[in-house]
Amino acid sequence: MTDDVFIQLSIFVNNEPGSLASMAKTLKECDINLKAFNIAESSGFGVFRAIVDDPEEAYEKLKARNLIVRKTELIAVAVNDAPGGLFSAAKVLGDAGINIEYGYAHKNKTEPLIFLRVDDPVAAVEAFKKAGMKTVTAKEL
Amino acid sequence: MYWDPKMECMPKEELKKMQYESIKKLVNNLYEFNQFYHDRMKAANIHPSDIKSLSDVSKLPFMYKQDLRDNYPTKMFTVPNEKVVRYHVSSGTTGKPTLVGYTRGDLDYWSEALARSMTSIGMNSSDTLQVSYGYGLFTGGLGAHYGGERIGATVLPSGTGGTERQIELMVDLGVTAIACTPSYLIHIGEVAKKMGVDIRRDTKLKRALVGAEPWTESMRQHIEEDMGIKAYDIYGTSEMAGPMFTECEERNGIHMQSDIVYVEIIDPETGEVLEPGQKGEMVVTMLKKEAFPLVRYRIKDITSIIDEDCPCGRTSPRIKRITGRSDDMLIIRGINVFPSQVEYTLMQIPQVGNQYMIIVEREGSLDKMTVQVEIKEESFSDKLDDMIKLQKYIEYEMKKYLNIAVNIELKNPGELPRFEGKAKRVIDKRVM
Repeated sequence: MTDDVFIQLSIFVNNEPGSLASMAKTLKECDINLKAFNIAESSGFGVFRAIVDDPEEAYEKLKARNLIVRKTELIAVAVNDAPGGLFSAAKVLGDAGINIEYGYAHKNKTEPLIFLRVDDPVAAVEAFKKAGMKTVTAKEL
Repeated sequence: MYWDPKMECMPKEELKKMQYESIKKLVNNLYEFNQFYHDRMKAANIHPSDIKSLSDVSKLPFMYKQDLRDNYPTKMFTVPNEKVVRYHVSSGTTGKPTLVGYTRGDLDYWSEALARSMTSIGMNSSDTLQVSYGYGLFTGGLGAHYGGERIGATVLPSGTGGTERQIELMVDLGVTAIACTPSYLIHIGEVAKKMGVDIRRDTKLKRALVGAEPWTESMRQHIEEDMGIKAYDIYGTSEMAGPMFTECEERNGIHMQSDIVYVEIIDPETGEVLEPGQKGEMVVTMLKKEAFPLVRYRIKDITSIIDEDCPCGRTSPRIKRITGRSDDMLIIRGINVFPSQVEYTLMQIPQVGNQYMIIVEREGSLDKMTVQVEIKEESFSDKLDDMIKLQKYIEYEMKKYLNIAVNIELKNPGELPRFEGKAKRVIDKRVM
């Protein structure tokens, strides 16, 4: 596995008032810092996906608190902070025949990043490199 | 092994003769000495002399739970207070509770019934029986306790609650049998796992006497595979005395001991007696009851009689597993739904746990039924699509078994309530 593929934590939450707060309280109590996150909701439940400082340690802590947590591989690609930024990234993967399951964006101090959950993360990193685009490692986040 | 071979294996003809004679005597007594039943017979235009055979019992009027409530607390009793040695009280879901009184004789046949039942599943004086039914007003705890003592087993009266301590005692004392509700047994299994106790390896548990709430065959399989024990269905209601009758080692129906109870199955609508094998509401006549009579009592449990000979050699008729109560049946959009059906469906779906809650609401004029289930950790996915697929799959399975659209709500494991006494898994919010 390349360093450019890193771990996202997904947490099962109920879709009702107070349940995000209760989950977020657990994150606070476990001293887990969020770098980026995304919330997906369906009727009755939601999935909270997060990129955190130390995903392995956070995963163990959350499991110990009886939360349902899953580790997923994710990649992050840097794009230009200009119209067409998303297009450049999406086109590379589309041309390479790699499917994007979902994604979310994050802007750090220097450049916008797009986090992507794809069906083949290693191939996606290769495709970006070939296209001359920069993917980010966990340490660089 | 039999506890009382003469009574348990009596030829069927003799057995029916004995039942007829018991009922004849009972009805004569009640007609003479019990105002309530005298009036009821008069109203039905029946005289004891009309009972000329066992099948004539069907001419006698029914008794209902409402009769016990109307005569609360002791108006129905047929013995003076100095003969009554114990009370039990059954939790009334609506209206007044039901009071049950016992003479020394009542306690005796109750323990005797359980001694026979426990022997029939292979228990004996070398067993250590953990009684994890509630003690107190509920009949389960003391009933199983006295039954266990009658066969000379060592009884551990642990009651409900304090589950971790119960598991420690189970290990330390080499408990071989447990009596409890099915949901509590599953709870014990879950807690044991969390404690790192392997029921198969770390305990001597072999058998469970499981009852007091409806459970299903698939729940039995789950318990047995999970704990490496055999789980036997036990039956009895507080009005009858308490839990009394169990399956034998054949595990094909509960032996309804014929010197103690006469069982009929009726069509709940017409009151007509049904043939063996036909499913309907059970009606019981207790043949040895002293403190207060129970004649053709509408118990509301749905089952059927198995009339074939049991390979165990016991001649009493058996009843099939209770498939529901005619009064816990939910009618949703005109369709009869038993919580046991929901449970059965969930047991077929490995991605979810066994605990569930049913919530019934009314949206406009339409009933809406929601079933909350706990997803298993391994079936959780970060992809919403997978989760919705699982949800839809459960809804599809529910629709298949229940003939009604059900909304499924996925919950975290451990989030739904666990019940240590009788499970209350239905929340009906409809205003009728």
